[in-house]
Amino acid sequence: MSNEIELIKDPGLPAHVHRQADIDPVAAARAERQVAILFILSALGTLLLIFSYFFISEETFIFIPVLGQTNAHQLGLGMGMAIALFCIGAGLIHWAKTLMPDEEVVAQRHEFRSEDEDRSDFVKTVKEGAASAGLGRRPLIKRTLGAALGLSALSPLILLRDLGPLPGDELSKTSWKAGTRLVTDPGDRPLRPEDLEVGAVAQTLPELPAGEDHRSLADIGKDAVLLIRLRPEEFNLDAERLSWTHEGIIAFSKICSHMGCAVALYEQQTKHLLCPCHQSTFDVTRAAKVIFGPAARPLPQLAITVDAEGYLVAQAPFNEPVGPSFWERSS
Amino acid sequence: MTARERIAGNVAGYVDDRTGAAKWMKKNLTKVFPDHWSFLLGEICLYSFVILLLSGTFLTFWFDPSMKEVVYDGSYEPLKGLEMSAAYASTLDISFEVRGGLLMRQIHHWAALIFMVGIVVHLLRVYFTGAFRKPREFNWIIGVGLLTLGIVEGFLGYSLPDDLLSGTGIRIAEAIIQALPVVGSYLAFFAFGGAFPGEAFIPRIYTVHVLLLPGIFLALITVHLMLVWYQKHTQFPGPGRTEKNVVGYPLMPVYMAKAGGFFFIVFGVTAFLGAVASINPIWLYGPYTPGQISAGSQPDWYMGWLDGLVRMAPPLETHAFGYTISWNILIPGLILPGIMFTGLALYPFIESWATGDKREHHLLDRPRNAPNRTAIGAMALTFTLVSLLNGGNDIIATTFDLTINQMMWFSRIGVIVLPPIAFVVTKRLCLSLQRADRDLVLHGRETGRLVRMPSGEFVEVHEPISPEKAWLLTSHEQLAPLELPEHDSAGVRRPGAIKNKIRNRISRANAVAVPKATATERRELEGHH
Repeated sequence: MSNEIELIKDPGLPAHVHRQADIDPVAAARAERQVAILFILSALGTLLLIFSYFFISEETFIFIPVLGQTNAHQLGLGMGMAIALFCIGAGLIHWAKTLMPDEEVVAQRHEFRSEDEDRSDFVKTVKEGAASAGLGRRPLIKRTLGAALGLSALSPLILLRDLGPLPGDELSKTSWKAGTRLVTDPGDRPLRPEDLEVGAVAQTLPELPAGEDHRSLADIGKDAVLLIRLRPEEFNLDAERLSWTHEGIIAFSKICSHMGCAVALYEQQTKHLLCPCHQSTFDVTRAAKVIFGPAARPLPQLAITVDAEGYLVAQAPFNEPVGPSFWERSS
Repeated sequence: MTARERIAGNVAGYVDDRTGAAKWMKKNLTKVFPDHWSFLLGEICLYSFVILLLSGTFLTFWFDPSMKEVVYDGSYEPLKGLEMSAAYASTLDISFEVRGGLLMRQIHHWAALIFMVGIVVHLLRVYFTGAFRKPREFNWIIGVGLLTLGIVEGFLGYSLPDDLLSGTGIRIAEAIIQALPVVGSYLAFFAFGGAFPGEAFIPRIYTVHVLLLPGIFLALITVHLMLVWYQKHTQFPGPGRTEKNVVGYPLMPVYMAKAGGFFFIVFGVTAFLGAVASINPIWLYGPYTPGQISAGSQPDWYMGWLDGLVRMAPPLETHAFGYTISWNILIPGLILPGIMFTGLALYPFIESWATGDKREHHLLDRPRNAPNRTAIGAMALTFTLVSLLNGGNDIIATTFDLTINQMMWFSRIGVIVLPPIAFVVTKRLCLSLQRADRDLVLHGRETGRLVRMPSGEFVEVHEPISPEKAWLLTSHEQLAPLELPEHDSAGVRRPGAIKNKIRNRISRANAVAVPKATATERRELEGHH
C-alpha cells in the first residue's frame, strides 16, 4: 500500500460509562437485595430437593401442563436441584455485573519467542548433553538401545493376545444342519407349514439339541432366521433357489449382510424386507436381492423342507457365511 | 488487623514459605480476560465435563458392568421375569429403585450431549474467527483430539446399558472393525473376546469409559487451559484493542464470579433438562438380543453424521482371490472420517502455508474478512449436515411423509453437490458484507430521513458512523497474494514450480477482497458532497 493513502485511525478505548449502581446508592442497595434473593431462592431449591427425596412417594403422579402426567418425586428432585444450582449462578453473575468493578483493564501481551541468546544456549546445552552421553561416539549403544526399545513395544501386543480367541471358521458357520427343526422365537415351538398363513412372517431359531436349554446371544446373532410365506407363483427364483422353499415358505438369515442388524421390517404389500439401521432393502420374491441401500449382498437363504412328522426343517446348513462381510469371506 | 485477616495472612504465609506461590498468585489473580459471549462456549464444555465426572461417579456406585445373564425382578412391571444382562438390569435399578438415580442418569446423558454441542460450536467459533492461527496451533490440535475422543467416549457411554438400541450400535461398531482388511475378524474377536456379542465387551468398554478416556480428557483439558492461560486469550478487534494488548476484566474478582457463576448456571440448566426432559428411556427398548431391533434406530447426534454416511454409501464390495473388501463400510466408516479429521487437525498449517502468513495473531478475524476460510468452513459444515440429516432419514421420512428413497437420493446427490455451492455462496456473501462495510464507512448510515432539495430532488440523509465503528470496520489487514517465482530469471521453470504455482493460486483466492475504506477516500468523498 502506498504511503499517501491514510487509513482510518484507532480512536482508542471508549470512555467508561458508569452503571446505575456505581453512582446511585439506592440502585446499589437494590442490586444487593436482588443478589440475596437469588441466593435465598437457591436455598429454597435445595429444601425442595430434600423434601421430595424424603416425603414425596415415588408413585405420586401429578399433572403438569406441557409435560402431562409427571412423576412428582422425580420432578421435585430435579427441579429442586436445578433451582438450587441455577440461582447460585445467577446470583454470582448478577453480583459481578452490577456491583463488582466493570472498568476494562488493559494488559500487555508478552512475546513467546525466547531471546536469540537463550535459543542458542539451549541448542548448545542439548548438544553438549548428547555429546557427554556419547551417543554419537558409541553407535553400538545407540543401536542396541534402539533395538531393545523397539522390541519392548512388542510385549504389550503379545500380552494382549489373550483378549480373545482366533476367529477360525467361527464367522462362517451357524448352528443350522441338515434336518435341524425351525422353532419359534420366543416359544421354541416347532413349526408346520400350515402354521403360517400366506403373507405371514415368523422369527425362528434352530431347535436346541436334546439336553440343552440355553442359547448364547452369539448363536442367536448368527442363527436367527426369518420365515415368510408367499403364494408359490409370486416367487421369481431360479430352479435351485425355488427348491429351497417349501409350499411358498422361504427362509432368510435375519442378520443383515451389511452390518449385522436384525432385518426386521417386512412390508407385506411390496414383499420387501427393510433393515432399520441403514435402510438396505431386500426383495423377498427374488431371493432377497438388494434393491436399495448400502448392503452389497442378498441375505443368505436357508434351504428348508419338512421332515417325516411334517415339521419345517433345514435341508442343509447355510451355503455361505451369514452377517456382515469380513476379509476372509470368499464371495 | 482483624482476627480473620490475621488467620488468612498466616495461612498464606505458611503456603508461600513452602512454595513461593505469592509471586505467581499476585500476577495471575489480576490476569485480564477479554469478554465476549462466544468465549463462554469453551467454558460450557469444561463445566459439562465436570458435571459428567460428578454424575458419572454417582452412577458407578450402582451400575454393574457385566453381561452375565440375570432374571429381572425389579419394580418395572413390563420387564419382570425377562432374561437380561446384569448391566441392563442394574441400569433399570438405577432408574427405578435408586432415588435420584434416574435424574442422575438423565443429567449425565444431557451433560454429554451439551459437552459435544459445546465442543462443536466452540470449534466453529475458533475456526471462523481464525483463533487457531499462530501461536495457538497446538491448542487447535488438542481441541480436535478432544472432539474425537468425545465422540468415542459418548458412544461407549450410551452403549453401557446394553439395551436393544445401544446393542445395535455396538453391533454396527463390530461390523466396522470386522470390515478392516486382513486383520478385521481378528481384531473383532480380540475386542469382543470371541464371537459377537460375547460377555467381555461391556466390562471392557466400562474401564475405557470411566477410567482410561476420562484420564486422557483430564490431561488434555489441563494442557488446553494452561495454554490459553499462558498465551492469553484472543480478543475481537475494536477500538483500543491491538495485537500487543489484551482488554478485559481481571480474574479476581470479576472473572471468578462470572465463570464460577456460569458453572452453576450450566449445572442448573442440565439439572433442569434432567428433571423435565426424558432422555434415553432404556426401559422402553428392552434388553439387547441380536435377533431383534426397533424401528427408527438412531445414534446420538454426534455419531449421526457417521451413520448418515454409512446409510448413503453405494453398495460396493470387492471379492477377489477369495477375499472381501467392503467399500460400503470402509469408505463411510473409516476413510471419509479419517480424511475429515486429518484435514481438520492440519487446517492451521494448510492455511499458513497457503497465505505465507507466519506471524502471531491475537486479534480475531471477523468471518467476512476471511472469505475463503469462511467458505471452506461452510462447505465442510454443509457436508456434515447433509450426512447428519441422512443419519435421521427414516425419522425425517416418516415425519414429513417422504419415502426413504427420496431422502437417501437427496443425501447421495446433496452430499456431493451442496458443499461446493455452499462454498461459492458463502464467499460471495462475505464479499457482499465487505462491500456493505465499505459503503457504511464511506457514506455513513442510512437514516431513513428524506429531504427535498431546493432543486426539487429528494435525497436520503446519511449520518456518519462513529469513529469506533469506522475503526472496527476497517482495522483488519488485507494481505496481498503471494507472488512466488515459477520461473527463474532466464525464464526456465524452477524446481518446485508446481508447488509455487499451487500456492500462488490458493493465495490469490485467499486474497480476494473488497478494498477496505480509507480515511483518504473518506476525505475525497466529503469534498464531493
